[in-house]
Amino acid sequence: MNLTIVSGPPSSGKTAVILKTIAALKSRGVKVGVVKFDCLYTDDDKAYAEAGVPVQKGLSGALCPDHFFASNIEEIVRWGKQSELDLLITESAGLCNRCSPYLKQVKGVCVIDNLSGINTPRKIGPLLKSADLVVITKGDIVSQAEREVFAARVSSVNPRALILPVNGLTGQGAYELSTLLYNPDLQVETVQGMQLRFPMPAALCSYCLGETRIGQAFQLGNVKKMDLGEPEA
Amino acid sequence: MTKQTLARLLEQQPYAADFFKQNKLDISGFEQLTPAEYLAHFSPEELEDRALEPERLLADLALYLEQMRDFLGLDEQQPLRTLTILPGRDKAGQAEDFERLTLHTSEIVSIVGPTGSGKSRLLADIEWAAQGDTPTGRRILINDAPPDPQWRYSSRHKLVAQLSQNMNFVMDLTVQGFLQLHAESRLHPDPAAVTREIMTAANRLAGEAFALDTPVTSLSGGQSRALMIADTAILSASPIVLIDEIENAGIDRKRALELLVAQDKIVLMATHDPLLALMANRRLVINNGGICQVLTTSPAEKAKLGQLQQLDAVIAAARQQLRRGQRLS
Ligand SMILES: Nc1nc2c(ncn2[C@@H]2O[C@H](COP(=O)(O)OP(=O)(O)OP(=O)(O)O)[C@@H](O)[C@H]2O)c(=O)[nH]1
Ligand SMILES: [Mg+2]
Repeated sequence: MNLTIVSGPPSSGKTAVILKTIAALKSRGVKVGVVKFDCLYTDDDKAYAEAGVPVQKGLSGALCPDHFFASNIEEIVRWGKQSELDLLITESAGLCNRCSPYLKQVKGVCVIDNLSGINTPRKIGPLLKSADLVVITKGDIVSQAEREVFAARVSSVNPRALILPVNGLTGQGAYELSTLLYNPDLQVETVQGMQLRFPMPAALCSYCLGETRIGQAFQLGNVKKMDLGEPEA
Repeated sequence: MTKQTLARLLEQQPYAADFFKQNKLDISGFEQLTPAEYLAHFSPEELEDRALEPERLLADLALYLEQMRDFLGLDEQQPLRTLTILPGRDKAGQAEDFERLTLHTSEIVSIVGPTGSGKSRLLADIEWAAQGDTPTGRRILINDAPPDPQWRYSSRHKLVAQLSQNMNFVMDLTVQGFLQLHAESRLHPDPAAVTREIMTAANRLAGEAFALDTPVTSLSGGQSRALMIADTAILSASPIVLIDEIENAGIDRKRALELLVAQDKIVLMATHDPLLALMANRRLVINNGGICQVLTTSPAEKAKLGQLQQLDAVIAAARQQLRRGQRLS
């Protein structure tokens, strides 16, 4: 089984792109399944099920979705193998732009969209910087110049990634993406022992542990204060 | 090369500045250090806080500089002269009925066929420089040879630029700021001069003139289209331009095509508007996923184009009279 980890800001077009890519793979007889990770809510599982794609969803609820991902990926891979998939794709919405779910030995794809603004590549951290492939969507509604500037900026923060424009609505570019995602010679038996590409931030302050009260007296552990400088007279 | 001080690096390769900027690295005050020494000055806490990996950044910097040098050298190295499409199959598996189709720079070819007939697939085949590895099995040659993989994989050097009716400006910038930004991202040696050139060209296409300090988002439909076409013609690195219809309001379409052709582009135009379709010398008819005919515009059709243009002029004049509040004569 092949494994691909797809991530990207909310509503960037991940599901649209994955569905079009799966359609291209299906026509070549490749069996694909998807696991969607989100925080509070998602309807994506319905969209995949409607397209006849085996799907699982995991809602992290009170946990950071990327931490939740790391704790569950091993079981998910086992599910994929038991379901006899040729390719398992995980979709997670990047939320704070600091964590990223990519594993060192597994293809990582970041989906971002042209509408998010040309400063977005600078704002997204490891989620974009450590992806192997960057898919840029929604090129159909912005100008050629904006597409060029956006792609150039993505390439400045991640020069080693392959950058592919894909239209999530028409599927233009999805066939090409599918050829980069599935390699029959590549087999992932288990992800046990694999490593995250980028360590998740050191957390565990009082608020991670359920504290709700505001004030110095209630703050323990890894607490960080802003430097506000001297007040102006 | 990354063993040099930052000051020297920026002097020799000024575009390195954008790498630091996009990666949120403020190097001011550290110009006398090498990139590695600069990155070594961050404490482990700072590195974690800012999600930085010095080793990866150094490798990325070297790669970025290499890509930018390639990009700068490309224009001179291999200008595109011809684009050749070798036949594949339609959706029913039938071989396409043409031998090879070669398009030259400054040529306009129109593409006709019902929605869903395979126009986007043809375009995607060209964009991806297909080598028998897409559903149609078509192959694309550049200057009569299999294309350099850079056309497929380089983000800064794409074969195809696209213009369509749905495209809008979304940036919060004036026309001047917008063109400046595009020129800088293209590493243009003289952004001010190229900005003037594009403005002049765009205003020749637009029905109503606009100024450099106009926000791009408040341009009319015709003005936006004019600016997009002039900018793509003059500043885009892509040698092939695909147009998906140009509506007939607020823009001189004949001049727009002339401008693209004058910049040595190959223009592919999906349209059902006879005024546009007949301006091309050839048209591809697409059906069921394949190119089923390649027609050369006949003298009779060119004569027909003349009549249609006269009709169009009558309608345009009537529209103008209405706009001015006059009675139609
Ligand atoms: N115009 C245009 N719209 C697109 C494109 N790709 C996706 N969309 C639309 O963008 C919206 C969000 O797309 P999704 O695929 O649901 O995005 P997502 O990243 O999966 O969203 P979450 O999983 O909720 O984070 C939908 O309305 C899509 O139809 C594109 O290339 N062009
Ligand atoms: Mg989704």
